[in-house]
Amino acid sequence: MKFENSGNKDTRSGFGAGLAELGRTNPDVVALCADLTGSLKMDQFAKENPERFYQAGIAEANMVGVGAGLALSGKIPFIGSFANFITARVYDQIRQSVAYGNTNVKICASHAGITLGEDGATHQTMEDIGLMRMLPGMTVINPCDYNQTKAATIAVAEHQGPVYLRFGRPSVPNFTPVDQKFEIGKALKLIEGTDVTIFATGHLVWEAIQAAQTLQQEGISVELINIHTIKPLDEKAVIESVAKTGAVVCAEEHLIAGGLGELVAGVLARNCPAPVEFVSVDDQFGQSGTPAELMKLYGLDSESIVKSVKKVLSRK
Amino acid sequence: MCDTNQLSKISTQVRRDILRMVTLAKSGHPGGSMSSTDILTALFFKVMKHSPENWTRDGKGHDMFFLSAGHMTPVLYSVMARSGYFPVSELASFRKCGTRLQGHPSIRKGVPGIYEAAGSLGQGLSVALGAALAKKANNDPNFVYVLLGDGESQEGQVWEAAMFGAQHKVDNVIAMTDWNGQQIDGTVDSVMSLGDLQGKWEKFGWHCIVADGHDFGCIEDAFKSAQCESGKGKPVMILFKTEMGHGVDFMAGTCEWHGKAPSAELCEKGLAQLEETLGDF
Repeated sequence: MKFENSGNKDTRSGFGAGLAELGRTNPDVVALCADLTGSLKMDQFAKENPERFYQAGIAEANMVGVGAGLALSGKIPFIGSFANFITARVYDQIRQSVAYGNTNVKICASHAGITLGEDGATHQTMEDIGLMRMLPGMTVINPCDYNQTKAATIAVAEHQGPVYLRFGRPSVPNFTPVDQKFEIGKALKLIEGTDVTIFATGHLVWEAIQAAQTLQQEGISVELINIHTIKPLDEKAVIESVAKTGAVVCAEEHLIAGGLGELVAGVLARNCPAPVEFVSVDDQFGQSGTPAELMKLYGLDSESIVKSVKKVLSRK
Repeated sequence: MCDTNQLSKISTQVRRDILRMVTLAKSGHPGGSMSSTDILTALFFKVMKHSPENWTRDGKGHDMFFLSAGHMTPVLYSVMARSGYFPVSELASFRKCGTRLQGHPSIRKGVPGIYEAAGSLGQGLSVALGAALAKKANNDPNFVYVLLGDGESQEGQVWEAAMFGAQHKVDNVIAMTDWNGQQIDGTVDSVMSLGDLQGKWEKFGWHCIVADGHDFGCIEDAFKSAQCESGKGKPVMILFKTEMGHGVDFMAGTCEWHGKAPSAELCEKGLAQLEETLGDF
């Protein structure tokens, strides 16, 4: 159970690096951004491919439509903004022009979740996974660190169909092997265990690793699975693991409503019922603070995961 | 190539199709369909370079048309069927369960000629601009046409798209507005005035043409002028002055028939005013 942090990095930079690489390898890839090119780390792509980068201004609804139009003739548009402004603000544009229209648009969402930090609740979305996964045919991806985000960015270009790719602002441990291929829809088992399964996604994966190590020292055997693809969910992996452990904790930087936990609980209810605890936010907005302060305040850290594991084990 | 007389015959038949489709479906949007009938007849039968038999969704090598005001499916499906995208007889299935001819345009049912979903208003101009940018990137010299409603132009996204089109010099798009002055709740001026619509488009950096949308000579001249303006750095908007429900006296000039089907009896009354020129479906 060793995970080597090669140095803290932000996942948005993983996206930027993946997009820059796509710019060099795939001539069909184009990019649009709504006045947040630096924040999204799309500037390298824009610098190297000015003819394939379209500045959309602070006009996200139009950007979604332009992306859909570009996709019709075989371009692969990556459209970027903050997670709240590229989901909730333009939900109907995504619903009609991307999801229902089945256009090959990659919706790239940075600053997702509460770890956006000091800007506060207007900019912190914890509803986006729910919104996006409700749309028929939408693929929803939430990688955990820089390397995985870079690999996911490259992988979604090869995938035909609408994708929601979610990443964030804070620097977090980078532990995914640099050469690990990203397989959309395939859950990644990080730790084998027998007492309880933790399904974690995004920034909560590292917190879950810390929690698993603490629990191990107390003699609790944790199975940890990184759900980087929330939709389509790797149901087989979920069922197989829970059939063995019989207890579940789901950890995510999102509301309970519409999140990974509810999704996993639904799969279990239909296949192999087991107690589930949620490490996520219950019906609240965020607020200003540092990412670390907010993760602690909202119970989105390894300490909360440890507590939830103990609670779920008591319900077994 | 159709002359004015032939276009006039086609448009009369298209209006018959519209009336009969919405009457059969007991729902649909005849008013705006009939105000834009002459524009789309000219576009599909004379102006646009397209090959219905070899249609592909990527639009490569031919002009593309987007209906942004998606509720105008009766006129769209009629001109599509009459120009060969699918059998005219299929018009009878409009809005029926299982049909390819959904109430609003859908790409889900495999009907050729539809590039993108529409219906929730204000999105088509953005999509058309994207398609036009792709044509430029692919060195495809053909045009992208898109039709908006005037009421639809109350949507903020239309003006986001207006700024984007000017900023990126998308001068291979030819947008059109069916400027009939009516929307569901009343006249556009009474609901939310667009003010100086021509001035707005010009100030937003577009080349704007105003034309009579019921005179085929004027319509063709407007399209020729629009095509001449292409490649000069500005996108083009043609504001076609039209009349809601044009061609049937009791539907003309009122918002009453925006989204309502006539009774069988009223339909007959309307059909009596429109000569069957090409054979009903």
